[in-house]
Amino acid sequence: MGKDTLLTDRVFKSVGTRPMRPDGIDKVTGRARYGADHNMSGQLHGSILRSPHAHASIKSIDTSKAEKLKGVKAIVTAKDFKTKGITDPGLLDIIDNCMAGKKVFYDGHAVAAVAAVDAKTAKAALKLIKVEYKLLKHVTDVDEAVKPKAPVINNKCFTKGVDPTPGKASNVAKRSEFGHGNVAEGFEAADVVIERNFKTGQSHQGYIEPHACVASIGPDGAGELWVCTQGHFVFRQQCAEILGLDEAKLKVTSSEIGGGFGGKTHLWVEPVALALSQKANRPVKLVMSREDVFRASGPTSATSIDIKMGVTKDGVITAAEAELRYTSGPYAGSWATLGAMTAFACYDLKNVKTVGLEVLVNRPKTTAYRAPSAPMAAFAVESMIDELADRIGMKAIDMRIQNAAKEGTKSSYGPVYGPIGIGPTLDAAKNHPHMSAPLGPNQGRGMACGFWFNFGGQSCTDLNISSDGTATITVGTIDVGGARASLALVVAEELGIPYEQVKAVIADTGSLGYNEMTDGSRGTFASSMSAIQSCRMAIADMRQRAATLWEIDVDEVVWENGQAWAGGESNSNHPPLSIADLAKSAEKTGGPIAGHAQIVADGAGVSFATHICDIEVDPETGQTRVVRYTVIQDAGKAVHPTYVEGQFQGGAAQGIGWALNEEYIYGEDGRLQNPGFLDYRIPVCSDLPMIDTQILEIPNPNHPYGIRGVGETSIVPPLAAIGNAVSNATQVRMTHVPMSPPRILAAIHAQAASDDSSDD
Amino acid sequence: MIETNLSLAPHNERDLILEYLAPEKTADAVKLLAKSKGSVHVLAGGSDLLVRMKGGYVEPDVIIDIKRIKAMQDIKKGATGFSIGAAVSCAKMGEHKALRKAWPGVVEAANLIGSDQIQGRCTIAGNLCNASPAADSVPALIAAKAVAVIKGPKGTRRVAIEDIATAPGKTCLKKGEIVESIQLPKRAAKMADAYLRFTPRTEMDIAVVSAAVNLTLGPRGVITHARVALGAVAPTAVLVPEATKILKGGKLDDEKLEALAEICNAACRPIDDKRGTIEFRTHVAGVLATRAARLAYTRAGGKL
Repeated sequence: MGKDTLLTDRVFKSVGTRPMRPDGIDKVTGRARYGADHNMSGQLHGSILRSPHAHASIKSIDTSKAEKLKGVKAIVTAKDFKTKGITDPGLLDIIDNCMAGKKVFYDGHAVAAVAAVDAKTAKAALKLIKVEYKLLKHVTDVDEAVKPKAPVINNKCFTKGVDPTPGKASNVAKRSEFGHGNVAEGFEAADVVIERNFKTGQSHQGYIEPHACVASIGPDGAGELWVCTQGHFVFRQQCAEILGLDEAKLKVTSSEIGGGFGGKTHLWVEPVALALSQKANRPVKLVMSREDVFRASGPTSATSIDIKMGVTKDGVITAAEAELRYTSGPYAGSWATLGAMTAFACYDLKNVKTVGLEVLVNRPKTTAYRAPSAPMAAFAVESMIDELADRIGMKAIDMRIQNAAKEGTKSSYGPVYGPIGIGPTLDAAKNHPHMSAPLGPNQGRGMACGFWFNFGGQSCTDLNISSDGTATITVGTIDVGGARASLALVVAEELGIPYEQVKAVIADTGSLGYNEMTDGSRGTFASSMSAIQSCRMAIADMRQRAATLWEIDVDEVVWENGQAWAGGESNSNHPPLSIADLAKSAEKTGGPIAGHAQIVADGAGVSFATHICDIEVDPETGQTRVVRYTVIQDAGKAVHPTYVEGQFQGGAAQGIGWALNEEYIYGEDGRLQNPGFLDYRIPVCSDLPMIDTQILEIPNPNHPYGIRGVGETSIVPPLAAIGNAVSNATQVRMTHVPMSPPRILAAIHAQAASDDSSDD
Repeated sequence: MIETNLSLAPHNERDLILEYLAPEKTADAVKLLAKSKGSVHVLAGGSDLLVRMKGGYVEPDVIIDIKRIKAMQDIKKGATGFSIGAAVSCAKMGEHKALRKAWPGVVEAANLIGSDQIQGRCTIAGNLCNASPAADSVPALIAAKAVAVIKGPKGTRRVAIEDIATAPGKTCLKKGEIVESIQLPKRAAKMADAYLRFTPRTEMDIAVVSAAVNLTLGPRGVITHARVALGAVAPTAVLVPEATKILKGGKLDDEKLEALAEICNAACRPIDDKRGTIEFRTHVAGVLATRAARLAYTRAGGKL
């Protein structure tokens, strides 16, 4: 039995249980169909030619020899994409990123694509395409790119958010500022002020399934796209506009998804596959290689963060200020804005100011990665909190508790908080046995907090009752992290039938109204809200049908435990009617039983987490070992606790990889040195301990079941938690992520050298 | 002999065709290697070759699979030591009790390559001929004073392991030559070896730096013979002859270990790359050499 949520005072029967996942058997037996598992008759093999240069003008592309190769059916370059009439700058950037126009902006930028009868022919054709480049100076480092003499990547880039708009182009695409109070006065009032620079490397989501799609457009302008995506409705909208198709005539079907983490919210190759299909008049399959995924599909930003914080002897943070510079690849986005908003969001601050700078560099276009931009900002802030606490001789957790935001706090990015979970996660951390467990030699403990917004947005669902009384819930949000299990539980709960009698299905774009992406931790939050409304509509209908059959007033029909009950003493002779009974007689009572809802799911509510970890450092090699790791996070109401725990663990695991080893490494020539899992080191199983989790349930007042999104916040604290643990183990403050063994060893040696010289 | 045309393409462009040959005798392999034109590659486990083909780094015209050659399939224990056939998988080495007992360092090096699945396929001869400076089994084989038996059109020659790789990806093997087996010397009591590597991950990784130590002890724990080799600190794995002088005579004490670390640091000629810095590799080479020396010493019955 589940607990009540304060919100609904409801005792849950299905919600809060841990049934088998409905997609499990298919996934482990290979029956599940992913992006590359779909085939169409007459299908061609698509392949993309990519730039070997970090920055160059395209002088010419000669495809004539490749076109003559037997088996080649279509070749496209930028000139096959019509940009005339498209005004949305974001869409123009997508087109330029999918197929370079006048310039290539990074190593891996697409310049031409081929559709041929097979992979070998396509590969041979790519070799026959001659591209003449004029090399341009490149810049890949964020701090180099903001320097006045840096090569300007886009000569039409005039910094937005600065008044007046600068007349000179630069690599700073956007400046955003948040905060309140007066930081100068705040620093005056502080007893200890620390200023530091923190850096984080560029990391990739590292989903195991590369991007893949099969595209088919007929001469009638009607098309189909089978694709691995986090948002097929958004893909349809954007692809239709790029290809000049009517949106309704492009049916997009989402495949099973082998991880996304934000990376599959963006178009990388799909418009190219569609353009090839349109030109060849045949279906085209396009699958990215792992190397392509690293070189040309959005990683997250690399950052450099200048931060200054002041604290009184008693542990009150008097002022906090940061300038956060985020790389954005060659096109503008809004990643720095999110970093500037989230940085100090965990704390109740009188004086706070953040400035986010979005910086263009010759790296692949940045896209969302699980709570995008928040982990880097948290790395800087939470590292500073530890150091400040150490300087005033206070326990870091006590300083966090003292300064934590609460209901009514004006957040650092503007809004005033409702009921939030930062305080409870900190209290839980303080009382957790992990916090007081003994440490071994060369081990250090660290902790950190994290914040993420969460999102709701447009959702649309159908509920259909089958003739045997079982139910299908049809949604338009992709199941990336267990949404089908959660939604089936919610529907079972609402209808009052067993979980096993509910099937959750993800519709293609032709079968349901528009749904936003599965992003911003919205999938379960928003679709469950819509599913509940769909169920309630069907229940109202079924009560009406029962009333008709019984010839009583509908107000006298009560819905309970999946059955209609005739209320009132005079009606007690009527046995209850189950959903199956009502489904059986549907033909006589008005036809199939269904419910539908379309909503804008407001009130997702913010999310907080606190992580604790123990790290052992080999002082002779800088080798690290994660000894113990605990995640404490507010889930609102955990619908399927195992999946919630999985999200907590998954975010922590990705954060651990990012903190310790994952990083894009560029050579002097601006080319990516490690586009593969050998040298881009995500953790393997044996690198991680079992990650402990503690779910807190502070109901979201804006959801009928109190649900909050849980997918993203768990990646926010790890960089800082590990940074603090390594710093405590080595007694050297770590300021550069990833904390790879060479970096840790160099920091230990530098500290020893400076200790020696100060001893002299 | 099996011959297959692996091309699945319906279009008969000559350059798209790959020839796959699987001889059953070393002499046939030598003949095929000698007469084949274009890009000719030997396939043992394929754990390097197939990855490089898939990545487009090599495009072989001819592949010669050696797994059907009888003379290359076994581990043999003889009067002069062990002979490990070129087609013997690293997993098979790990399952060979006598080999594990005699050469624990060589076996642990072979069993660090890739993952369990990779070890089921990969071979130490392949590891050697791939000629990566970071190859795990090579420093251990050098420290073991192992020898490669090479068959070629002009007969048989025996080459010390440290002389096989000449540069990254390059070997001293001539046209038509193939490694048939790797010979490990005979072992007696109070002899032991050890291999340690540094990788950021616990497995599925490649050595950033590595060290192998092979020791023979006399009475009272006195070291009578020693060989030390380092990996990933130079264009090829290197033997550190000076280390032999430092370790020989006397027990393994702190003074020896400190001197060993220093001489190993000095033997390094590494590069800065995506896997590590010059400073890191140089320092950690010394750390690993001392740790491997301690391990080999205790394995050989010495007391620290």
